Amino acid sequence: MAPDLAGGQIVIELVYLVASVLFILSLKWMSSPTTARHGIWAGEIGMLLAISGTLLRHGIIDYRLIAIAIVLGVIIGVPLGEVAMTAVPQRTALSHAFGALCVTLVGSAEFYLRSPNISRFMMSVLSLEVILGGLTVTGSLMAAGKLQEILPQRPLTYKGQNLVNFLLLAGALAIAVTLVLHPDSKSLFPFMILIALTFGVLLIIPIGGADMPTVISLLNGYAGLSAAAMGFVLDSKLLIIAGALDGSSGLILSIIMSKAMNRSFTNVLFGAFGQVQTSAAAGEETRPVRSATAEEAAAILSSANRVVIVPGYGMAVAQAQHKVRELYDALTKRGVDVRFAIHPVAGRMPGHMNVLLAEANIPYDRLIEMDDINGDFPQTDVALVIGANDVTNPAARSDASSPIYGMPILDVDKAHTVMVIKRSMNPGFAGIDNPLYYLDNTLMLFGDAKAFVGSIVRELTGGHS
Amino acid sequence: MNSSSNLINALFIFVLAGFIGFEVIRRVSPLLHTPLMSLTNALDAIAVVGAIVLVGEHKSTLSAVFGFIAVVAATSNIVGGFLITDRMLKMFKPSRPAAKSSTESVTK
Repeated sequence: MAPDLAGGQIVIELVYLVASVLFILSLKWMSSPTTARHGIWAGEIGMLLAISGTLLRHGIIDYRLIAIAIVLGVIIGVPLGEVAMTAVPQRTALSHAFGALCVTLVGSAEFYLRSPNISRFMMSVLSLEVILGGLTVTGSLMAAGKLQEILPQRPLTYKGQNLVNFLLLAGALAIAVTLVLHPDSKSLFPFMILIALTFGVLLIIPIGGADMPTVISLLNGYAGLSAAAMGFVLDSKLLIIAGALDGSSGLILSIIMSKAMNRSFTNVLFGAFGQVQTSAAAGEETRPVRSATAEEAAAILSSANRVVIVPGYGMAVAQAQHKVRELYDALTKRGVDVRFAIHPVAGRMPGHMNVLLAEANIPYDRLIEMDDINGDFPQTDVALVIGANDVTNPAARSDASSPIYGMPILDVDKAHTVMVIKRSMNPGFAGIDNPLYYLDNTLMLFGDAKAFVGSIVRELTGGHS
Repeated sequence: MNSSSNLINALFIFVLAGFIGFEVIRRVSPLLHTPLMSLTNALDAIAVVGAIVLVGEHKSTLSAVFGFIAVVAATSNIVGGFLITDRMLKMFKPSRPAAKSSTESVTK
């Protein structure tokens, strides 16, 4: 049994309990945009309480060093909180790395403080903590590097990749087992960390940009689980709860993302994503497409009643979201009903498109999820696709040989007219040809997304009223 | 160090919290998945409490150094995570023209 707690200790534990409740409320309030900001306050108060409670703990002697570290953290944290919205995916990946770094370092320090007096269970959890933490540190840094385009975004694959990864993981686990049986083998511990760090790098090397939403969610889950493991090691209920919440959040998001890409969850869990799809459809470039000018596009849009805009990563790359807002304003002023169709994996992280469009001041009730809007496409006059490709590819519904067959898509092809803004006829990121472009009701609008939307807006506002 | 009843308690807490997390997160609007991730990230940085203890107790140089870096990393996640989540959520506005003033102050 645990020894009876001293009075001060009980107060601290109660403070932690309040913080746990606030954390849960914080996430509960995220269920709707109307209450979400309360969620932040709850989270902040909970955090403040927990940190204050910890500082009161008996045994803390060095406050100066803590203060310096917190100040440094604030200095680094503020700019990270003020990055541009387009940089949010890489910022998120970076913060997963920071979180995991904290967990890994604390786990390592605890090992060296306690070894060799570590029970078998404790050593197992500690190993889990630092292995998950370590691979999340480097994996997230790699993901951030790819998203920031410091590293090549192209997936890098080689023969026997899965075998190498598997052997590395097995090696780390073997060391973990040895440490569980012989917790005094201090010299083995750094190797376990080293393998975990290497594993994280190799795990992300084969990942392409289109898989990033799944990968970021998964790394989020790993970071949460490693924090929960740290809670076991430190016997901190608050940390177990926070880690479990973060872990389940990451895992749920990865499940949603993998469903939206028609991948099984186990496929995602074991990092088998990102296998390069060999572009099957070559040599069909000669099929005729119909294209239109900005003037023609503006005329079609202004005579429409219902328009659905489908944004994709291309819109983010071209920084076209503010021009898209102008288009939304111009059409709405003419009485056109304009809505946005959001595919779960559009962009580079879950919810990416929503944030970019909200930043451009588009009301959130105009942003419609895939399942809610797909039934409306047959009654839609114009579907305007901006920088989205695979998520609109009808081959996913009909062509069993297509690499994306079975992936749920936005049924834009069912709209009366489809307009696709695209730089050229080159296939998209995944290298898969899109039959949508050759349909009779499709008009290709060739050009840069931002420039093209801008000229449509000029036609709409200058040309007529 | 940790008696087996403590361990069982911890497991109960973990499993129950996981269930709560699952039920709560399932209800989060997909609209807010990006801010959700930055918020959970900030909350997860509660790991800072473990790091603070390491620095504060200063049991060995190694543990103090590791703890120091860990406090810096976690604090930056707390500050940055709450800041950016708040910025994002402020951008989400409904269709009806601005009823509220935009003079809300920025949270720390």
